[in-house]
Amino acid sequence: MPEVLRAPLVVEFPFTRSLGPVQSAFLTGLRERTVLGVRTGDGRVLVPPVEYDPVTAEELRELVEVHATGTVTTWAWNPAPRSQQPLARPFAWVLVRLDGADTALLHVLDAPGPDAVRTGMRVRVRWAAERTGAITDIACFEPYGSEPAPLPRAHNGSFPRTAAGPAAEAVTGIVAPARLDYTYAPGRAQSDHLAALAERRIVGERCPSCRKIYVPPRGACPTCGVATGEQVEVGPRGTVTTFCIVNIKAKNLDIEVPYVYAHIALDGADLALHGRIGGIPYDEVRMGLRVEPVWHDGARHPDHYRPTGEPDADYDTYKELL
Amino acid sequence: MTRYEAPYGRDIAVVAFAQTCHRRRSDELSEVEMLMPVLHQVLEATGLRTGDIGFTCSGSSDYLAGRAFSFTMALDGVGAWPPISESHVEMDGAWALYEAWVKLLTGQADTALVYAYGKSSPGEVRDVLTRQLDPYYAAPLWPDSVALAALQAQALIDAGEAGEPELAGVAARSRRAAAANPHAQLQGEVPRGEYHVRPLRVSDCPPVGDGAAAVILAAGERARELCGRPAWIRGMDHRIEAHALGVRDLTRSPSTRLAAERAGAFRRPVDTAELHAPFTSQEIVLRRSLDLDDRVRVNPSGGALAANPVMAAGLIRIGEAAARIHRGESDRALAHATSGPCLQQNLVAVLEGEADAR
Ligand SMILES: [Zn+2]
Repeated sequence: MPEVLRAPLVVEFPFTRSLGPVQSAFLTGLRERTVLGVRTGDGRVLVPPVEYDPVTAEELRELVEVHATGTVTTWAWNPAPRSQQPLARPFAWVLVRLDGADTALLHVLDAPGPDAVRTGMRVRVRWAAERTGAITDIACFEPYGSEPAPLPRAHNGSFPRTAAGPAAEAVTGIVAPARLDYTYAPGRAQSDHLAALAERRIVGERCPSCRKIYVPPRGACPTCGVATGEQVEVGPRGTVTTFCIVNIKAKNLDIEVPYVYAHIALDGADLALHGRIGGIPYDEVRMGLRVEPVWHDGARHPDHYRPTGEPDADYDTYKELL
Repeated sequence: MTRYEAPYGRDIAVVAFAQTCHRRRSDELSEVEMLMPVLHQVLEATGLRTGDIGFTCSGSSDYLAGRAFSFTMALDGVGAWPPISESHVEMDGAWALYEAWVKLLTGQADTALVYAYGKSSPGEVRDVLTRQLDPYYAAPLWPDSVALAALQAQALIDAGEAGEPELAGVAARSRRAAAANPHAQLQGEVPRGEYHVRPLRVSDCPPVGDGAAAVILAAGERARELCGRPAWIRGMDHRIEAHALGVRDLTRSPSTRLAAERAGAFRRPVDTAELHAPFTSQEIVLRRSLDLDDRVRVNPSGGALAANPVMAAGLIRIGEAAARIHRGESDRALAHATSGPCLQQNLVAVLEGEADAR
């Protein structure tokens, strides 16, 4: 068995979401250094505010302004911050009940050490220097000895730039970037397949039950649900069973459009794999076309497949593989 | 014991259970390669073939290993051709089992295969689990799973309901029990270690690892044909709490309590409970919510503190409880599964064996 292959894999995506009226007011407020809550039917003030009552599901719209000071209701000391967390130095995770609110907000507390943190301690918001309308507009909380401030005040959810001026534009959506890092390992069957490809051999695996040969192998026969294991070299020549013409250029892909992407039944295989067809005008590719792989120096897999020049395969020879 | 009257019109039982030996890494196996042996074990135990199964349901998450549509690849291990009746939940397999149970109750199937798998080793599970949180207010802060559990543990300590010694006691008892569990990843004496996120030490947290599990359910007489002592599901329910952590009382689990009531857990005492408590503090919260005292054997398998293959660990609780009934080591057991941060969503199943079927 060849060594287990591993490769870094990064999954990165911006999470783009629109906001309801309450969330919009809250995040607009953070940008304007104001914390808003929402009042429920039974008079409780929820911070952070939500669009619907978590108990009754009643629609909530009555905004109030709470204070930027509050009380820690529970905490946890994080000695080793992870890369995307708000502070790079050790900090405390906290739930903070802001003055005027009845519920607590999750955030982080910048404190010198765990001995400086306790439940019940008084803290205040430290605003981020640049604010965009996101929960991270609160950079963190910081210790701040003060008496609990009075009750919340009514707020209409809009934020005039000046006393008489027009309202600042409301935040209507968020874009939250996310990145997850993985070390991908393809498993036994695919490792074997990739190891053979590095030697320019295309190796599939045979099902011990139905005798079908799968290329590329995934380790199991999807018909029988049993492990494949017997390795069988197939191809290198094969037949185009079906194809499509790609007209839109993919990002980061250096292939001119239009080009043909095809299902190719390699000789000896019982399942078609897919690959790009080159060496022939795109509008001359057809079902039954005989092709062979083209390898580039240093590549671990065929770059594309090109016509062999043989007569086209008879439909009956590949119709079961469509 | 008199023959039980099925409350839902149909008796459904767990008739087979299998799990992998859970490990920190399994780089040499793809997900389907890891899963297939446990599928074969439950089929072999019952003598069923894939074609005999009426319904198949699985639980997994593509985010864990970063493999898009990995659950469709996993189906290769089932043998899904000719087409089978199949479903998938992006949740722990315990919820897949719930779906299969409902399917069997409707009478649309007599047998079901339920499986779950999780490979945490390719990624950083603490980071991955942040992606299940509220995307507006929580996820941008990347609060990892240990941090959120630590906030809950501190709340429990502040409320005077547990101290670090009690947490250490849960950790030690779980790993001691796991010494008899050949599938466990962490067994025996485990040092308490440094604070992971204070107040939780390394030993208060579950091991990170890869694993899979499978269960077969069967209805009525079919269950008796397939298993010497079926583990009858007397009730099952799942409930969820508000998603904002600051709205909840983290020292209580009202959703577990309600699910247990609806599952009939309090009608008679249970002798065994398999609780899905990945963190020591969460076992204390669950015990209190379920009124479990010292007469109940809690997590004889070692629980999630001994092996926590994410997405399978809840299904394994149901499987472990059922297996004890199969072996005659329990007559009435409670199985619990959780999902989300700080015990946000909870499922409770009550399983029984018949006295004359020992
Ligand atoms: Zn086969």
